[in-house]
Amino acid sequence: MRKWFKDGDPWIWTTAGAVALSLVMVYAVVWLTAAKGLVHWWPKPVAEVMFTQPDGSQTRLIGEVREKEEVSLIRLRESGYNIDSTDKFTYRYLIKQGNRDITGTDFKWYPAPMLGEFTYPKDLISVERREWGNFYGHLKVVKEAGVVVADGPAAWAELKKRLERSNDLFSQAVRIEKVDIGRLNYQLEKLRLKERKLELRGTLTEADKTRFEAEREVLNGKFGALQEKLDQLRQDIERDSFVAVTMDGQEVEIPFAKVADALMPNDMNIFQKIGYYIHKFIEFIVDDPREANTEGGIFPAIFGTVMMVLMMSVMVTPLGIIAAVYMREYAKQGPLIRVIRISVNNLAGVPSIVYGVFGLGFFVYFLGGNIDQLFFPESHPAPVFGSPGILWASLTLALLTLPVVIVATEEGLTRVPRSIREGSLALGATKAETLWRTVLPIASPAMMTGLILAVARAAGEVAPLMLVGVVKLAPSLPLDGNFPFLHLERKFMHLGFHIYDVGFQSPNVEAARPLVYATALLLVIIIVVLNLFAIRLRNRLRERMRGLEGV
Amino acid sequence: MSEVTEKTHAMQIGDLGRKPTEQTDEIAIRVENLDLYYGESKALKSINLAIPNKRVTAFIGPSGCGKSTLLRCFNRMNDLVDICRVEGKILLDGKNIYDRDVNVALLRRRVGMVFQKPNPFPKSIYENVAYGLRIMGVNDKKTLDEAVEKSLRGAALWDEVKDRLQESGMSLSGGQQQRLVIARAIALEPEVLLLDEPASALDPISTAKIEELIDEMKSRYTIVIVTHNMQQAARISDYTAFMYMGDLIEFGNTDSLFVKPKKQQTEDYITGRFG
Repeated sequence: MRKWFKDGDPWIWTTAGAVALSLVMVYAVVWLTAAKGLVHWWPKPVAEVMFTQPDGSQTRLIGEVREKEEVSLIRLRESGYNIDSTDKFTYRYLIKQGNRDITGTDFKWYPAPMLGEFTYPKDLISVERREWGNFYGHLKVVKEAGVVVADGPAAWAELKKRLERSNDLFSQAVRIEKVDIGRLNYQLEKLRLKERKLELRGTLTEADKTRFEAEREVLNGKFGALQEKLDQLRQDIERDSFVAVTMDGQEVEIPFAKVADALMPNDMNIFQKIGYYIHKFIEFIVDDPREANTEGGIFPAIFGTVMMVLMMSVMVTPLGIIAAVYMREYAKQGPLIRVIRISVNNLAGVPSIVYGVFGLGFFVYFLGGNIDQLFFPESHPAPVFGSPGILWASLTLALLTLPVVIVATEEGLTRVPRSIREGSLALGATKAETLWRTVLPIASPAMMTGLILAVARAAGEVAPLMLVGVVKLAPSLPLDGNFPFLHLERKFMHLGFHIYDVGFQSPNVEAARPLVYATALLLVIIIVVLNLFAIRLRNRLRERMRGLEGV
Repeated sequence: MSEVTEKTHAMQIGDLGRKPTEQTDEIAIRVENLDLYYGESKALKSINLAIPNKRVTAFIGPSGCGKSTLLRCFNRMNDLVDICRVEGKILLDGKNIYDRDVNVALLRRRVGMVFQKPNPFPKSIYENVAYGLRIMGVNDKKTLDEAVEKSLRGAALWDEVKDRLQESGMSLSGGQQQRLVIARAIALEPEVLLLDEPASALDPISTAKIEELIDEMKSRYTIVIVTHNMQQAARISDYTAFMYMGDLIEFGNTDSLFVKPKKQQTEDYITGRFG
């Protein structure tokens, strides 16, 4: 035994075990998020089942069976179910019955003994609505302007056809609202600010006034035309509707304007399901969120996350490198620089929320407030830079990740061989030329390492962002088609915050749970992609330095 | 550029084929009462020395005797050491290089240096040689091409690398790297070339090539070489300085120094009785 211990065998096993455990945990995280998140878009069968109420009456249930869990009979009896059994435990089912506008709740638990046999009628439809969640029921008729145009088995084909039309109209309407009217509003606001600016300066003449008035008139005219077109579209969408029977026998008329998608999940073959899945997945990535973020896509959050990380990188890299160059190359290596170095290292350990508070106090209120006073007096009292936004968020994160970049760059500079520096100096290069032409290129892989670590940290940070720029729902992206295209003062959405928001702040937690996992998976993927990009870049730099010891 | 070339050229012609004799040789570098301190300790003790123009001068002596330190004074590489302090004069063309108004970068262009271990930059062979010229602001492709070829030929490396100028300088063998570094130094057309044990990290064949090269180059440059290897000093140098513990013990014509040393210490060292 002693010999075995002296061999070093246990040591090998312990270290290998630690590696294995880390690997297992990493894979578990990815696997869990993938398994829980990726099933979200798979069309689930809709079941129909009879349910015996505590008072003995029977009702019909229609919905997706989501979960099954063990429950004690005593608990069920206490909550009023009269179950005749000698067992201690039985099961209960979580059924997504949809129709929130009628039933009040999307998800409900039902004890198994009170349920009849599950059937899956092929004509059950599952409708994804723009409001009030999903609808489940039997399709009755399709109407055009109140007149029945199809019923019975023919109704489904008609519904599909008309749904395509209404969705097409709907996307046209959204386009007009978001792009065209958005641009007009933006121009009108610009105009107002221009006028206000002149007014504040006291140089607003009558000629200016009439000119502004004329411009405003033109814009308002365009606005009116668009509004008219929009109204027309809305009316067109409202034309068609369909009638369906809910689980409790009510006939409900649903206008196509409220319908995003409809399917007969029990009647789909595997290829149709795969097609639907891909379609929904793409929608998830490119669409805006709906219904308090629990439906639709997460495109603005992806965009916000990536843009913020890129802006952060652009800010932190030069600053960190320059600071590191001074500390390592120019500063006298004495006690003072040692203290500074220790402080920088310790900065990396400061809780991120502290940076958030600093960002809010210094960047947003102090810097932003002063910028507003100096440069944007015309928009007072509405803040421009004086409120949280993507610029301040990026700056705050740049500050947060600065120590990482400084430390990594310093490491890299230390490892540049003395002989190389001397070689350059001996050729008549000054210290600055040596730095630029030789030392910094050799240290560049190390800088990339710093950046990689910084990106990994910044992309996952949520707490400080909540104070300095992230919001639950941003009306417009920080980058759009309106001059000057880049709107640094705008608030933005972020995947990390989106996960928190959907998971814990949403009115419909059960419905949103798969989205939490899917969003988390996407966040991980984005960070991995950003890192892979940086790592590739570093490897290419390293390739150039090959053969140089210690790099 | 062209002015420098013409000047060197003229000198080459003038000096060709002249036999070294102590009396007639011009002096390239004159060292006067040079003291050098590392912090409190004195590393060089009032050195007086005249290094002849267009000749090979070797510094020999046991480890730590100050020969490398003295060599590094000639292009002020010792400035890089914070605690290093120099007193006395080193005159290059009659001008003290330790004067306040001397531009160190310009001085180092005139006094090139090759180090003990080959230290090519992690750049292509071409860029390694063009480095010094680019620093000077030469960016014209034709001028650079010509200078690179000329320097590589001068360092006897051209035939080996002419087809792979864009490959990394680090991909060459040790001996080739050392010749690349020499090419890099002579691309600036220096007046003086300082070699700090240039062959000590190389195998015998590469060493022979370097020695051959030194022999070839001495018609064009004043060469000062530090070496551990006394046979090497005897083979390649015209003049030899023997140093011991920071003192310059003896300086003279290589032949006479090795055959008939004036000082007992020198004799002890070259006959291998100590050191």
